[in-house]
Amino acid sequence: MIINPGQESYPGRLIAVEGLDGSGKSTQLYLLKRWLEMKGLKVFFTEWNSSLLIKKATSKGKKRQLLTPTTFSLIHCTDFADRYERQILPLLKAGYIVLCDRYIYTAFARDAVRGCSPPWLYNLYSFACHPDMTLFFNTPLPVALNRILGGRPQLKYHEAGMDLGLSHDPYESFRIFQGRIFEEYLGMKERFNFIEIDGTAHIEKQQQMVRELITATIDLPRYRFKTLI
Amino acid sequence: MQFYSDGIPGIDPHELTGRLIVMEGADGSGRSTQMDILRDYLENKGHATVNVGLRRSTLVSAELQEAKQGNVLGEITRSLFYATDFADQLENRIIPAMKAGFIVLADRYIYTLMARDIARGADRDWVRSLYGIALVPDLVIYVKVSPAQLIERNLRKNATLDYWESGMDLGLSRDSFDSFIRYQRLIQKEFALMQAEYGFATVNGNLSIRSVAREISSRVMEISGL
Repeated sequence: MIINPGQESYPGRLIAVEGLDGSGKSTQLYLLKRWLEMKGLKVFFTEWNSSLLIKKATSKGKKRQLLTPTTFSLIHCTDFADRYERQILPLLKAGYIVLCDRYIYTAFARDAVRGCSPPWLYNLYSFACHPDMTLFFNTPLPVALNRILGGRPQLKYHEAGMDLGLSHDPYESFRIFQGRIFEEYLGMKERFNFIEIDGTAHIEKQQQMVRELITATIDLPRYRFKTLI
Repeated sequence: MQFYSDGIPGIDPHELTGRLIVMEGADGSGRSTQMDILRDYLENKGHATVNVGLRRSTLVSAELQEAKQGNVLGEITRSLFYATDFADQLENRIIPAMKAGFIVLADRYIYTLMARDIARGADRDWVRSLYGIALVPDLVIYVKVSPAQLIERNLRKNATLDYWESGMDLGLSRDSFDSFIRYQRLIQKEFALMQAEYGFATVNGNLSIRSVAREISSRVMEISGL
């Protein structure tokens, strides 16, 4: 049941993007997905906190503010496990390129900021394999903050980190919370071999870099559909 | 009080002045009956009690109940779902009650969850670390009943064996009788292995209700301060 990462290898490839809200990672992953799809490759995209099965419980917990750091962490891990067991792992075995918008490092960063112990977190997620490539969109904090706070002023309670009691003002709370998450990301960079992408560059420039990296690392023609439709 | 390992962030276990008594045992072991007797016994002596059990959290109990109906959860997902249910009750019921000086009576605790996960192939260290958030109880009573007796009692009560308590999802046998016996043996073996590490007070549940109750209350009296 527990997969030992590194012990097994699958024909598929796993690419994850990480970074702050507003770092531009989702845009870049979307463009990458379109490109790979149009090349006729087997691609699957999945994002954080999206398992239908678990979603009801998560949103109830968030809405009614039932979540503590421990249950927040466990319920997100349950969500991840559901997607991992039912989609990510079988698709990797089937030779897909699996694209993940946020992966276990999001949990490591957020939950550690909320006070969970990192060794406990690492063990919790130890059933998951590490990606072949983790693209870290390194966008300076003020830039990321401006992109979010400029465009979408309604912040959700947990998104703003209000549960940490950092400030009564959601915007101020969000700034402090994101700052701490950013520190966690920087601390993980080396340990988990993040590949840094300059999130301040033009969208086209970033995408070009991402595509070059992928082409250099992955033998793309191997991931074409083999069956005719 | 103390936690097994990392515990719950922000909780100082020294603030927990209550007690935690856990009762473990299969369905049909007489666990719930003994729980009621113990509760009467403690309340009669003037102790305030709170009951907790598995799958009773506000957060995920309804979803877990739903998931139990169909085989929709993967092994890791199910483990984590149960752990979430446990953590929610630990933080929102067990810990507050213990801060207030109550005796918390837990109808099953992490050991059942761990044994079930391990019987399904989970890694021991993974499970142990997962439940490092749990409080170490003052007493864990394990009501042990032979699988043959369990079958007799379950059939007498329900005239059928529960799908999960028979471990039918493991594919040990397509026959629920055989599967039940084999699955309960697996669980008992796991409890025997955990015994050394967690120090259960094992009670022979094959005996009469009265003698089991007497055995349990004498164990409870050994908890200091009770």
